[in-house]
Amino acid sequence: MYRYIWLVPLLPLVGAAINGIFGRWFRFPEKLVGGIAVGTVALAFLISLTAVYSYGFGDNQQWPRPYVTTQAAFTWIPGGAMAQTLGYSQPGTAAGSLLNIEWSYQLDPLSAIFMLVVTGVGLCIFVFATGYMHGETGFYRFFAYMGLFMFSMLVLVMGSNFVMMFVGWEGVGLCSYLLIGYYFNRDEAANASRKAFITNRIGDFGFILAIFGVIATFGTAQYTEVISRAGGYPVESLGTWGLMSWIALGLMIGACGKSAQFPLHVWLPDAMAGPTPVSALIHAATMVTAGLYMLTRTNVIFQHSQTMMLVVALVGAFTAIFAATIGITQNDIKKVLAYSTVSQLGFMFLACGVGAFVIGIFHVMTHAFFKALMFLGAGSVIHGMHHEQDMRKMGNLRKYMPITYLTFLAGWLAICGIIPFSGFWSKDEILWNAASTTHIPLGWLVWLVGTIAATCTAFYMTRLMAMTFWGKEKFGKAHKHAAGHEVHEDHDTHGKHAHTPHESPKSMWIPLVVLAILATVGGFVGVSTAFTGGKYVGGKMNIVTWLSPVIWRPHAEVRFGVLEGTQSPPTSETEPAAEQAENHDTGFNLAHTVESRVGSETATEWVFIIISLIVAGIGIGLGLLFYLKSPNLADVWATRLRPLYLASYNKYWIDEFFGLTVTRRTMDLARGVFTFDSEVVDGAVNGTAWTTRLSSQITGLTDKYFVDGLVNTIANFVVRLMSPIVRAAQTGFTQNYALMMVIGLLVAVAFYLIKAF
Amino acid sequence: MSHLLSSLGFLFQGTGGAASTALESIKHPDLSKFLVIGAILFIIGIAGVLTRRNIIVIFMSIELILNAANLNFIAFSRYVQDTGGANPLAGQVFTVFIIVVAAAEAAIGLGIVIALYRNRETIWVDEIDLMKW
Repeated sequence: MYRYIWLVPLLPLVGAAINGIFGRWFRFPEKLVGGIAVGTVALAFLISLTAVYSYGFGDNQQWPRPYVTTQAAFTWIPGGAMAQTLGYSQPGTAAGSLLNIEWSYQLDPLSAIFMLVVTGVGLCIFVFATGYMHGETGFYRFFAYMGLFMFSMLVLVMGSNFVMMFVGWEGVGLCSYLLIGYYFNRDEAANASRKAFITNRIGDFGFILAIFGVIATFGTAQYTEVISRAGGYPVESLGTWGLMSWIALGLMIGACGKSAQFPLHVWLPDAMAGPTPVSALIHAATMVTAGLYMLTRTNVIFQHSQTMMLVVALVGAFTAIFAATIGITQNDIKKVLAYSTVSQLGFMFLACGVGAFVIGIFHVMTHAFFKALMFLGAGSVIHGMHHEQDMRKMGNLRKYMPITYLTFLAGWLAICGIIPFSGFWSKDEILWNAASTTHIPLGWLVWLVGTIAATCTAFYMTRLMAMTFWGKEKFGKAHKHAAGHEVHEDHDTHGKHAHTPHESPKSMWIPLVVLAILATVGGFVGVSTAFTGGKYVGGKMNIVTWLSPVIWRPHAEVRFGVLEGTQSPPTSETEPAAEQAENHDTGFNLAHTVESRVGSETATEWVFIIISLIVAGIGIGLGLLFYLKSPNLADVWATRLRPLYLASYNKYWIDEFFGLTVTRRTMDLARGVFTFDSEVVDGAVNGTAWTTRLSSQITGLTDKYFVDGLVNTIANFVVRLMSPIVRAAQTGFTQNYALMMVIGLLVAVAFYLIKAF
Repeated sequence: MSHLLSSLGFLFQGTGGAASTALESIKHPDLSKFLVIGAILFIIGIAGVLTRRNIIVIFMSIELILNAANLNFIAFSRYVQDTGGANPLAGQVFTVFIIVVAAAEAAIGLGIVIALYRNRETIWVDEIDLMKW
């Protein structure tokens, strides 16, 4: 069955092409457009499902199974003989090997998970969108873009080489741009789409440099070969910048751009100007996790650079707490979810940085479930509230939208990390791995930051729930569009606000229910070893077992650091990290410290599970206290911590900072270049033209007055000289003319006579 | 040039001979006499045309020129008849033609003169100089 996986990306593309090309010509009804889009994605999902099943669970397969690649459908970029300009030659990379970039799809544990998430969650969102987008102008356009996005995303995760990943990477960027700017007649959306596109360009720049680096180093872009060859390189210790570190840096910049990590996160919250299904599909579940996919796909390169591992972990941890604190104060329901997404992506990066790539992907999966669920739930709320996004105007919606409320509840519990919802399993594993990491130093710091971020997450999500679904009804009040609150009245097809919210139609709540079930039980594929006696249960159904072939395992002698029983004295925390790495020591290890106290590793893990449950409880409790029990507490504390509140509310002025340092400066530069162009370049051109015109004027005047004058003078002179003579001959007297005739006659006769004699 | 001199000598040809010969030559003049008289007529006509101011006189001079030509035709016609050459009537026919043409010309020309006089109140050709430039 996996021989047909090339159909998986193709089907949504075909659907998109049909909708996009013919949808307008033939004025497809909404049912047909939706049917084509949903049908193609559903078919793609079924094919993925069967392909993955036959790949992973087919009869008598050994495991780990070699990656399945479609026979190169065609050589996409036939290259010539190439020289490796970087790195050293290895056996199997003979000089002068050919660089041919194939267009072929690869099926392996990693791409399998992404295929299923993209098509499965995508299917739910497509179904939801048929209800949510009902009545919008450009219905066909929406689904054409969505189909194109599915195609690009599937190429991204299924391609068998870096160049195909880049194609998908750019394709999803394009679709993101198109879909954020779906309401292109609204300034906010148009600006947001441009912002997303340009910010992603910065990341793409790093990514493409990294691809060049990969090709120059390994002589191929195929994952399988790159991974096997990269394994032969030595691990670059902390603080050194070798080849692997530079490639990893480029990849990391690309991942930061696509996955909205600090400082390239600014586009994602603005991207909420797009329709809500887009936010769910692209800006929560799939596209933004492309960075994680890339990190995991190239984990061999990252694992060869301790420096970059630390960078990834710190960037992830910082983004997690940074975005979480912003999320606390936002009032737009989609903005809260957007910052939550940034924060959760930070958690995933954190997981990759501490070496737990599998857990990062696990969190990608669970996050796709619960965040898509929450976004769709928010979409349902917005739909039910007649395009009202301000949470201050909601409240007690559980009475009006029970299904949305119940499903949202599942998402809330999942993201807060309450056992046994899916978010608990992945987030707890991330924090546990951060605390017990031996890949990088400062694991304790990463753990601490992550734990605080998790508390914040529980807090702002509870706040969201309290403001939206619980508490007092606030939508009855007269609409006052306060300053700073976004106005969304343009596309309100319901006329004047009918103030009673209503439950969404079936096409919208069925996907919610499906996703709620997934968000509830989806975590069981990665049950913590603490619950199972220290071993991974479930065989290949366990995500750790499933993904383990993808993760590069260094040989024991290559692996740095001492795994067991090393505890640095607390004073070593303050030592520079680089020195610690040279000593093959990752410094203070929180988990090991705890382990030495409680005795066993399982017990240690339990300690951390209980800690993460406690902090989730604290977050939820505080949220309930602030926004349900005594709602004025929030204002009191906002006043009390005014500087912090303002910083968070204004998103730490990052946009303003970028505007001041980057955007304005770029525009100044552009203006400068424009001035140079208009003054100097155009001046040179105009000057040349002016000189030419001047010289031609001079030439013209010379011709007119000098040459013509000379000719005229001579002509005049001749005329004046000759005309009296000639005129004198014309006497007007007939007899003169007769005399001339006679004279002529005489001359003729004389001539005749003279000739005769 | 000697031919020209000898032609002019025709006038004095007979004078050098006997009187009878001279009488005879008057009674039966030969061709040269006619030609000489024709030439004299022609020159008188030319001179009249070129020198006279009165347009009527100029007309008359033109008639003289035409008649000089007629005389030549007749003289040659007779000469040809005497010597028995080609058809002698040709010259006479031409003469009749010329007389007809001269009559027509006189009619038209005199009409022009009258019209001219009505317009310009003059028949003096040196006052009619509109043909210049």
